[in-house]
Amino acid sequence: MSVMIKVDNLKKIYGSGFEALKGVSIEIKKGEIIALLGPNGAGKTTLISTICGITVPSSGSVLVGGYDIAKDYRHTREMIGLVPQEIALEPFEAVISTVRFSRGLFGKPRNDAYIEKILRQLSLWDKKDAKIRELSGGMKRRVLIAKALSHEPQVLFLDEPTAGVDVELRKDMWDVVSDLKASGVTIILTTHYIEEAEEIADRIGVINHGEILLVQEKETLMQQLGQKQLRIDLSEPVHSVPDALAQYGLDLAPDGASLLYTYDATGERTGITTLLADLQSAGLVMTDIQTQQSSLEDIFVGLVKEKQ
Amino acid sequence: MNISAIKSIYVYEMARFFRTLAQSFLSPVLSTCLYFVVFGTAIGSRIDTVDGVSYGAFIVPGLIMLSVMTQSTSNASFGIYFPKFIGTIYELLSAPVNFLEIVIGYVGAAATKSMFIGLVILATSFFFVDITIQHPFAMIAFLTLTCLSFSLLGFIIGIWAGNFEQLQLIPLLVITPLVFLGGSFYSISMLPPIWQTITLFNPVVYLISGFRWSFFGEADVDVTISLIAIGGFTLLCMAVIWWIFKTGYKIRS
Ligand SMILES: Nc1ncnc2c1ncn2[C@@H]1O[C@H](COP(=O)(O)OP(=O)(O)OP(=O)(O)O)[C@@H](O)[C@H]1O
Ligand SMILES: [Mg+2]
Repeated sequence: MSVMIKVDNLKKIYGSGFEALKGVSIEIKKGEIIALLGPNGAGKTTLISTICGITVPSSGSVLVGGYDIAKDYRHTREMIGLVPQEIALEPFEAVISTVRFSRGLFGKPRNDAYIEKILRQLSLWDKKDAKIRELSGGMKRRVLIAKALSHEPQVLFLDEPTAGVDVELRKDMWDVVSDLKASGVTIILTTHYIEEAEEIADRIGVINHGEILLVQEKETLMQQLGQKQLRIDLSEPVHSVPDALAQYGLDLAPDGASLLYTYDATGERTGITTLLADLQSAGLVMTDIQTQQSSLEDIFVGLVKEKQ
Repeated sequence: MNISAIKSIYVYEMARFFRTLAQSFLSPVLSTCLYFVVFGTAIGSRIDTVDGVSYGAFIVPGLIMLSVMTQSTSNASFGIYFPKFIGTIYELLSAPVNFLEIVIGYVGAAATKSMFIGLVILATSFFFVDITIQHPFAMIAFLTLTCLSFSLLGFIIGIWAGNFEQLQLIPLLVITPLVFLGGSFYSISMLPPIWQTITLFNPVVYLISGFRWSFFGEADVDVTISLIAIGGFTLLCMAVIWWIFKTGYKIRS
């Protein structure tokens, strides 16, 4: 797949002297969905705003579809649709006219059939003549999406699209996103929620303190996540893992009252059966057992902690 | 040039105006009527003529200028400040438009609105007084240039303003006094000599004088100077806007 967006050593120092992006480099492929994951203040919005032309980079370069965002801003911006994190709409404007405005602003000739299509897709058609202030928060977010799609962009940025959105709208939104992906649109979304990234993204990027910590195929990441942990509670605490069980690489909980066994849940043999048998022959009495799966969340928290 | 974008901004801004048409229409008409009642009838009955023109007719150009200048400034400054304030500016900044196109869209709309208001006031005044416009083309030219230059000024204020107080500040502290003291309601020749001299430092004097000349063929200052003044002011505003464009002042962080 060809590269749609190429960010190279991008730095952003705000007027206040704060360095929000510390040399970010990332390549986003044409037609993929990439989720940028990161805590508050990580620099997600700053990265997006810079690519879209809202903030001026301090150094580094960004190419969109092979065009430079500074030199060929008309080309790059025509290709991009942005759904901002904050809802910003004119309260007294009618839904359809604000969407039409967006299309015109991006240099596209009027096309009522297309506008109708996206409004219908976002279940906004019956609200087309309503004033923005008469809409609910979730509907306003849909209007923002409609505006972003109004000029048929090839790249769509969704900055925390599911903030304040109910389950149903979220589903609708993912349907729209899937349709867009099917038609070849590249989608970049930011989120705090790992499940969301898991649900929809092809690749996942983790960003914190203005740095990209990791960019990986979701599948690869999920394989790493295939690790499970079995926790065996003992009736009597032990001081050390009995020698007879050495081959399992068990960890002892700090209080000595439980043993922890890490295994690959995707493997054919987990070794649980033999472990339990050996445990019994070693004379240990179990009171309880439970399994845990490490989630993206664990990896994420681990990565973020590591860097701090 | 992204003509489509200019058109969109212009149409969108004008739509805002037409949505509140009654208000946009009514308030200048009403205030004109009030001015005529107070100045034209009550006070004017005690003043015979100014430079050979009845006082009621004499104040018409000044009245139009007063409204046009304040309306241009407030329309244009509000037009660009509002998106900044509610955050919709993100769309302008991420659109494939340059600053010039944004300026043409917003300033063009603001100037059109105030032009419209100026013409409404002119039409209203025909009901009160007899006026013949001696130089209609010059009148339209002065009106257009004034709408344009003060809309440019308003745009600059709107970009500069960080809050609503600042947005009102310059119109309130600078423009309104200058316009009132610029001879809207009197001829400079009516002032004592020392004040005549001081008044000549007020740029608005030249605009009102030139505009009045286009009506009555009489002026406080030479029409050429008036034209140079308004032309110079327009250029100055354009230069400031060009500088904002170059530096990204207060637009892009
Ligand atoms: N205009 C600005 N001036 C100065 N600092 C800013 C500005 N905008 C953002 N920052 C700072 O840059 C950092 C990154 O902000 P950014 O909005 O990109 O984070 P984010 O990852 O989008 O966070 P969130 O998940 O909360 O939306 C933050 O520390 C923020 O305070
Ligand atoms: Mg953000």
